[in-house]
Amino acid sequence: MEHYISLITKAIFVENILLAYFLGMCSFLAISKKVNTSIGLGFAVTFVLTITAPANWAINHYFLKKGALEWAGFPDVDLSFLDVIVFIAVIAALVQLVEMIIDRFSQTLYINLGIFLPLIAVNCSILGGSIFLVERDYTFIESTVFGFGSGLGWFLAIASMASIRYRLRYSNVPIKLRGLGITMLLTGLISMAFMAFSGIDL
Amino acid sequence: MALLNKKSKAVLSDPLMNNNPITLQVLGICSALAVTIRMDTAIVMTLAVVVVMSISNTVISLLRNYIPGKVRIIVQLSIIASLVILTDQFLKAYMYDMSKQLTVFVALIITNCIVMGRAEAFAMQNGPWRSFLDGLGNALGYGMILIGVAFFRELLGSGTIYNFQVIPDSFYSAGYENMGLMVLSPGAFIILGLIVWVHRIAAKIEED
Repeated sequence: MEHYISLITKAIFVENILLAYFLGMCSFLAISKKVNTSIGLGFAVTFVLTITAPANWAINHYFLKKGALEWAGFPDVDLSFLDVIVFIAVIAALVQLVEMIIDRFSQTLYINLGIFLPLIAVNCSILGGSIFLVERDYTFIESTVFGFGSGLGWFLAIASMASIRYRLRYSNVPIKLRGLGITMLLTGLISMAFMAFSGIDL
Repeated sequence: MALLNKKSKAVLSDPLMNNNPITLQVLGICSALAVTIRMDTAIVMTLAVVVVMSISNTVISLLRNYIPGKVRIIVQLSIIASLVILTDQFLKAYMYDMSKQLTVFVALIITNCIVMGRAEAFAMQNGPWRSFLDGLGNALGYGMILIGVAFFRELLGSGTIYNFQVIPDSFYSAGYENMGLMVLSPGAFIILGLIVWVHRIAAKIEED
């Protein structure tokens, strides 16, 4: 159990997928103008990452890894070069599926998340999460925990950025620095603050 | 050259300055920052993006009349993904050390919004030659910023440029120290923020 707590803390704070690995920057910069929408997108990303991480783990483990097709009688086949294209297809399909399921069972959640769900398929943090779990050789539970933790970390980063940008309206930023420039500088400062967590080992 | 008339030239040169994909279109920042600790990784990454973008734009433009509108995203994604896998395998075969350093970021060119963005916004409406130029121009504009960020991060963070030491040893013995911050992720954000600022002053563009 301690192992998983340590993994989730690491994924949220120390190795934050956005602030340390720069994944998911595009939607982070575009969406963080409003607090409500950022929180909606943060939830959606956490949700999708928690689902796609174990799904892609299973696909990698039973189909793509070297020797993974042993159950089908092909012990020498190594399909690992196909991983990226399979992962992106799985992610796109799952996002579509999640959208339909939410639409069927929870109209309120669907209305809140609705517009962001399709966008998530091309969010690098989702694909990045899947590639990381292959590279780091996680087990099934570890990858679920890692997916959830990374999603929470992304949520935390975008929610704090949106709140800071909201407060920023009252400050006098140099005209040419407004927009992307000041956002990048702020992200740098948040990222520096998150680095203070490094070295924590539960 | 007859092939490079005024209009095509604008397609090629616009993304370098006036419509730079990173600083103005705000596309493709994810991978821009992670590979900029040193210049050599940034240059290899630029080359990979140039190859993927110019070919994917050309192929998508050639196929644009045969791609049904409803499934166009999936078609574009699979074209781009195949090209990225080719590039990745090529790097693994001929530049193994480099591909180890770039780790997942070559694979992440797939979800780099700049590739999809140009395919969707330009290649679906224009002919193959101009789409090729547009892909090339945008990839070069992207690479320019990438190499710029890497230049400062390597200079300030390790005192070298393209692995050659430029800060003389006498500086170090006089008490000069490399900025450890530049090698870490906050350095990338801050340098890019400053580059965006300078670029917008130079290009006379402002955002509301």
